Amino acid sequence: MKKMKWVLLLLLGCMPQFAISQNSSISTENWLSSPGIIGTFVLIAIVLFVAVIILLVKLNSYIDTLKRKQHNKNKLAFDDEIIAMEESDIDSILEKRKAAFTYKLSGDELGGENGAVDEKGLVHHIENKPSNAFFDEKKKTTLSLETPEHLKKIVIYYVGTAAVWLIVGTLIGQYLGMKFLWPEMDHQSWLSFGRLRPVHTNMVFWGWSSLAMIGLGYFVIARTSNTVIHSQKLAWYGWFLINATIILGSLFLMAGINNGGGEYREYIWPVMLLFAIALIITFFNFYKTVAKRKISEIYISNWFILASLIWTIVLAIIGYLPFYQDGLGETIIQGYYMHQGVGMWFMTFTLGLVYYFLPSSLNKPIYSYSLGVLAFWTQMLFYTMIGTHHFVFSPLPWWLQTVAIVFSAGMVIPVVAGTTNFLMTMRGSWNHISKSYVLPFFLVGTLFYFVGSMQGTLQAFRFTNYVWHFTDFNVAHSHMTMYGIIAFFLWASIYAILPKITGKEPPQVLVGAHFWMAFLGLFAYMVSLMAGGTYKGLSWIEGNAFIESVILMRPFWVWRAIGGSLMFISHLVFAYNFYYMVKNYRKVDTQERSKEVEEITV
Amino acid sequence: MLNFHKEHKNLVLTAGVVFIALSIMIAILPAFQMQETEPIPGQKPLSANERKGLRVYVAENCMACHTQQVRNIEMDNVWGSRPSIPSDYFFSKKRLDVWRQSPSLLGSERTGPDLTNIGKRQPSEDWHLLHLYNPRAVVPESVMPSYVWLFREVDSTLVGKDDKTIAVPKEYFNKPGMKIVATEDALLLVEYIKSLQQMELPGGKVNDFIPALKKIQEEGMGGAIDSGGLNGENLFKQTCAACHQDNGKGVAGAFPPLAGSEIVNNEDPDLLIKIILQGYDARPDYGVMPPLGDQLTDAEIAAITTHERSSWGNDAPAVKEEDVRKIREFIKSELNQ
Repeated sequence: MKKMKWVLLLLLGCMPQFAISQNSSISTENWLSSPGIIGTFVLIAIVLFVAVIILLVKLNSYIDTLKRKQHNKNKLAFDDEIIAMEESDIDSILEKRKAAFTYKLSGDELGGENGAVDEKGLVHHIENKPSNAFFDEKKKTTLSLETPEHLKKIVIYYVGTAAVWLIVGTLIGQYLGMKFLWPEMDHQSWLSFGRLRPVHTNMVFWGWSSLAMIGLGYFVIARTSNTVIHSQKLAWYGWFLINATIILGSLFLMAGINNGGGEYREYIWPVMLLFAIALIITFFNFYKTVAKRKISEIYISNWFILASLIWTIVLAIIGYLPFYQDGLGETIIQGYYMHQGVGMWFMTFTLGLVYYFLPSSLNKPIYSYSLGVLAFWTQMLFYTMIGTHHFVFSPLPWWLQTVAIVFSAGMVIPVVAGTTNFLMTMRGSWNHISKSYVLPFFLVGTLFYFVGSMQGTLQAFRFTNYVWHFTDFNVAHSHMTMYGIIAFFLWASIYAILPKITGKEPPQVLVGAHFWMAFLGLFAYMVSLMAGGTYKGLSWIEGNAFIESVILMRPFWVWRAIGGSLMFISHLVFAYNFYYMVKNYRKVDTQERSKEVEEITV
Repeated sequence: MLNFHKEHKNLVLTAGVVFIALSIMIAILPAFQMQETEPIPGQKPLSANERKGLRVYVAENCMACHTQQVRNIEMDNVWGSRPSIPSDYFFSKKRLDVWRQSPSLLGSERTGPDLTNIGKRQPSEDWHLLHLYNPRAVVPESVMPSYVWLFREVDSTLVGKDDKTIAVPKEYFNKPGMKIVATEDALLLVEYIKSLQQMELPGGKVNDFIPALKKIQEEGMGGAIDSGGLNGENLFKQTCAACHQDNGKGVAGAFPPLAGSEIVNNEDPDLLIKIILQGYDARPDYGVMPPLGDQLTDAEIAAITTHERSSWGNDAPAVKEEDVRKIREFIKSELNQ
């Protein structure tokens, strides 16, 4: 930080008017808006931007040299092959080439006197009546995948219940957001803010995100292992247990029975035990499926998915064992647990899904397998260490806080590796953005993966923590990540895969409505709470009476509620789209079997 | 050797073992270490009732909006006179029972004020009960829920001798012949909240707060407070406005108005200062005023009373620090006799 400031001062020396303003206002009262601080941020941004570009260029040239080497190797092999060839073989190849040179189209293949015949199946989409003048007609998915019936059912049921929990969970979230504006909305104990808040967070965590992830995970695991899943029965046990966890947990919370208020472990242990068993069952099932794969390599997606299950099982056990949780021991475990819950479970699992669904929906391989492996190991090394950054300046040991902050900065490595990998995979396929909504969902997810994670890293620094901690900024951050990253990636995957296994694609207008409302809603939510949170922090620093910070938040809470409403409506649209995709899908399937079927290949 | 690309067993085992090792290092061992913390000499454990109140606090999940940690940064010194230390939590953060763990009292969000020292800052039981029944009755801008289920509506003829009735202003409860009575849970909760008082460390010397502004850093943290430039209005807002309100009008039926009050406007401020130092319970139609002598310095009381005597249409001469000191000494000598 200090170094940057020196660089900035040097820079400012070249610009007299800035230098003067710097000298005349030595007052540190409004240090946040001082040119030094703003400049530091800008500089960091520029440096980061340039560094990323340089990194990309370097990576590119490195990959080019690798490619060249491979190319030369192939050339040599080719030369050897030709030298080893028989005379007659060479002749026949030359004959073929000669014929190809003189080949000409007759000009009436697709019309003229004759009827139009597309013998080679080159035309994919014929639109005689472009009916919708307002929305670009998007490409329909042309592939349907041959998927065993039981796997389809598992995916649909997991994602279906996830959608239900999404609607209920965000309805509760929206209700909670409105309570900031109308605290007297109800007088029921089980609807009070304190009891309902964990109902919302746990429901969207374990209900929506986890169920959707596992459902999609079953598809990825089976497909990338080129086999069927190990046990259907176990898949259904897991489904049942997780849903039971949400129902029981929510009822207990509303009845005022919670584990002690630590975020994301508000369910008491007998309830969370059901979830842990479901995780163990799912892990066993996935592991066995991978074990009997029909190809020798384990695809990178499965690394992420298997590891995230293992890590989360360990995490749940450590989070709930009592032996070290008296006094501030509990606080250390709380920081560890709540951060790893997000990082090792949701983030890791979802990344695994993206490593399959993104390339497969673009019909090309992932840009770099090695970057994926790098991201995997650094995710484990760095993410594990940063829990205490939720308790900066708290009575927890200073060294623990420092370790957390340092490793938070280290998170740049897995995040940049992942983002680069996804963006480079998309490169050259940008035209897909105009063709379907799957890529926009992936793009926004990737964008938030970078911005959300990096913002989290910045927030971990003591300097920024000073202003933002305890304010609504935290809420903005958690929505930016759990919603911007996780939910958007999950939707991308769902829209990428469901039409292919059910043969029914929802109207693009509705998918578009879902996308835009969710995106704009999140944006309004995030920006309003970030701005409000910053003002709140500054108000505290200035030493104003606490109630001032409550009063100044009101307009920002209004905007949050508006954003939240948009998000919630978009979920209703998503639920309808889901219903559209799976309604009577078995009947559709038999009628449209004549469609092209992609062979199961990996 | 390990060939993670082809050996699923090695992959899963490595990921698992390394993660467990890291977790032990970064979470479990430090947690065990923190558990060895001992209480501050003289620190009292929670009484049975306070412990029950803590359970109500956890059941209503008050931790969702209220923190209980004074960080070692300057802005937090309004919540306590020193940064919190691990020993502060020795008695409160014990496992609740077989089903529930040690409560996460430190919290992660301050939608409402920090409660580390609320028992000292706001010692009035009446205030807390009314505030729980309807926070807006005492803090109009509050967004805290009303905990009406911690209270009962009872016919005034049936109110028992031991029942604690709450004087609720008419705007918030207006049913003739009915009274609001606190339930056992409400009383326990308030008992717990009142027990939240930051303990002074033996020896008095503590690690200081990290200041936010250079100005304060240079003048020293105490500098601003010792100087005569105390902001009576701010002090009033922090200490008194909870009951008497920002506009000095009080809460009808619960806390008396200061605007136009005879005691406040009296040429001679002695009684006003006495009430602040010693508390006041002479009027049955209002709640009890707690003594604030230990909490406020002479200069602070002078600043507050001066503000009270010159605001909301009040017009009385300013109070000097010496006036307060004299009365404080007088009370002391009276007690010693």
